[in-house]
Amino acid sequence: MTLTKISHPISLEKIRLLVSKSIQYRRAILKLIYTAKAGHTGGSLSCVDILNVLYNHVMDITPQNFNQVNRDRYVHSKGHSVEALYAVLADKGFFSTELLDNVEKYCSDFIGHPTRSVLGIEQNTGALGHGLSVAVGMALAAKKDGRSDRIFTIMGDGELTEGSIWEASASAAHYRLDNLIAIIDHNTLQITGRTEHVMNMEPLEAKFTAFGFAVRHVDGNNVEELVNLLENVPFEPGKPNLVLAHTIKGKGISYMEDQIQWHHRVPTDSEYAAAMLELDAAEKHLEKTDGRF
Amino acid sequence: MGGFNLQIGKTNLDTFAQTLMELAAIDRDILVLTSDSRGSGRVTPFAEKFPEQIVEMGIAEQNLVGVAAGLASAGKKVFVVSPACFLTARALEQIKNDVAYSDHPVKLIGISAGVSYGSLGTTHHSLHDFAALQAINNIDILAPADNFETIRAIRAAVNYPRPIYIRFGKKAMPNLHTPDTHFEIGKAIQLTPEREKYDVALIATGETVAPAFMVSQILTEQGVSSCVLSLHTLRPFDENAVERAAARSEVVITVEEHSVNGGLGSRVASFLMQAGVFRPLRIVGIPDEHTITGSQGEIFNHYGISAQALAQTALHLLEKEAA
Repeated sequence: MTLTKISHPISLEKIRLLVSKSIQYRRAILKLIYTAKAGHTGGSLSCVDILNVLYNHVMDITPQNFNQVNRDRYVHSKGHSVEALYAVLADKGFFSTELLDNVEKYCSDFIGHPTRSVLGIEQNTGALGHGLSVAVGMALAAKKDGRSDRIFTIMGDGELTEGSIWEASASAAHYRLDNLIAIIDHNTLQITGRTEHVMNMEPLEAKFTAFGFAVRHVDGNNVEELVNLLENVPFEPGKPNLVLAHTIKGKGISYMEDQIQWHHRVPTDSEYAAAMLELDAAEKHLEKTDGRF
Repeated sequence: MGGFNLQIGKTNLDTFAQTLMELAAIDRDILVLTSDSRGSGRVTPFAEKFPEQIVEMGIAEQNLVGVAAGLASAGKKVFVVSPACFLTARALEQIKNDVAYSDHPVKLIGISAGVSYGSLGTTHHSLHDFAALQAINNIDILAPADNFETIRAIRAAVNYPRPIYIRFGKKAMPNLHTPDTHFEIGKAIQLTPEREKYDVALIATGETVAPAFMVSQILTEQGVSSCVLSLHTLRPFDENAVERAAARSEVVITVEEHSVNGGLGSRVASFLMQAGVFRPLRIVGIPDEHTITGSQGEIFNHYGISAQALAQTALHLLEKEAA
């Protein structure tokens, strides 16, 4: 089995398309949080560019192959940022975008965390520190059966204080799961404050390296950087992959960026309108440029 | 139906391990996951014979169960073999979310359950597992009484479509059944002859079925008739069998190797009250106190889980009822 993909430079058109999708997804995230009057705004905006690149460029997961065994898999370990996942899955055709009007409504399948009741979602998450273990199991199954499936998961940086993350990390390296790609949405904020103040887990790179991961840094809000990095897994054969994606919580909406109150704040009418104007402006800017930041 | 002179079989643990070897030989999707527990789980021969079908996860129960969920979601038939005390407490959130809520048909095998590790103390007792798991939706719960029930339960578990928890101990168990006994998950087995009326219904699960069965002999000698049910499956709960046994009996006694809170007895009592079957009832199990230590047999004797003590409990209950 080989996991090495031949890397080729991504076209400017593709980057422009991905950047455009990120804007579209940010609109969808804010709309559904504004409609539901609930949601985890900041974290969804910080991880959406990663999800965009995974679903639109890196992973082989479609509504058509979702019931097949032989395909890539994604586990949304930071389950509270479900709005970003809903936005991307709707765009990928897993379900109709109109269904997102039902998020967090009575008896809706679209609840405030991912569940398998929604097509495209692999694993029920919400309690933190669970996704990496499940991803290890999926990666192990692929290795056992000699399949080339790759398993991706996004974890929050606040989540890293869960002990189960480190149990899972040991097992990922022990079983040489180079088909496992763990991505940390490193926005440095959690509900109480800065992650390093709540419970300092730095140095993260040294910790994950010591546990046996091949660690890479990336600007997690830059689609071109994400593409260039994630096209080239495994980083080192025989080692699980760990991406420290440096992101900005609330990314894309100026007054939300790096502001702790936007962890799970819902925009008011005027804030929502202002956010939409910013995204319109971002789109106009994109039309005049090559899509690079 | 067994005779009263019960023949001693093997431990349910050894029976489980042997059964799994037979099944794994013909089904390569069967995987065993251990938490440094292959020796305690009697799966060392399995590991030697099927090295590709065992995955050691180290002493890390949370990851053990999460990984099992991931493997099952990718089509593997995963048996998690880990001491019941740790598996159902340390990894309870993984059982709840990764397995039950996410609906992956993992088979959780709680070894050395109840007070099998009696002298090692409360850390090693699992007297909470029925209570904890009964409060979690979408996981079935089994406690086989003897080798026969163990073999049938493990065979049924392989392709079982739902999450399932099976617990047993490590003491050699008497054979309670003949090979032609019908076993089905969710269907209690009556061990005593069918009658229209009984004095006592004894409803037991797991390794307390044997003493409950022996009570029936003592009671018969005293002219007291009894209906003994092996309720090997706590969920799905066999309402028909329990209602039938209770409705035909003057008094009801439940017996379990579990806390008296939240286990078999609580379930039976709650069901019978709501079904409108009102009978004097005793829940025999481990009381709500610091559990004493000793061998499994000593702890059973201490808390009245023996044929002699259960017979006395039955007679007292009948006397009170008659008074």
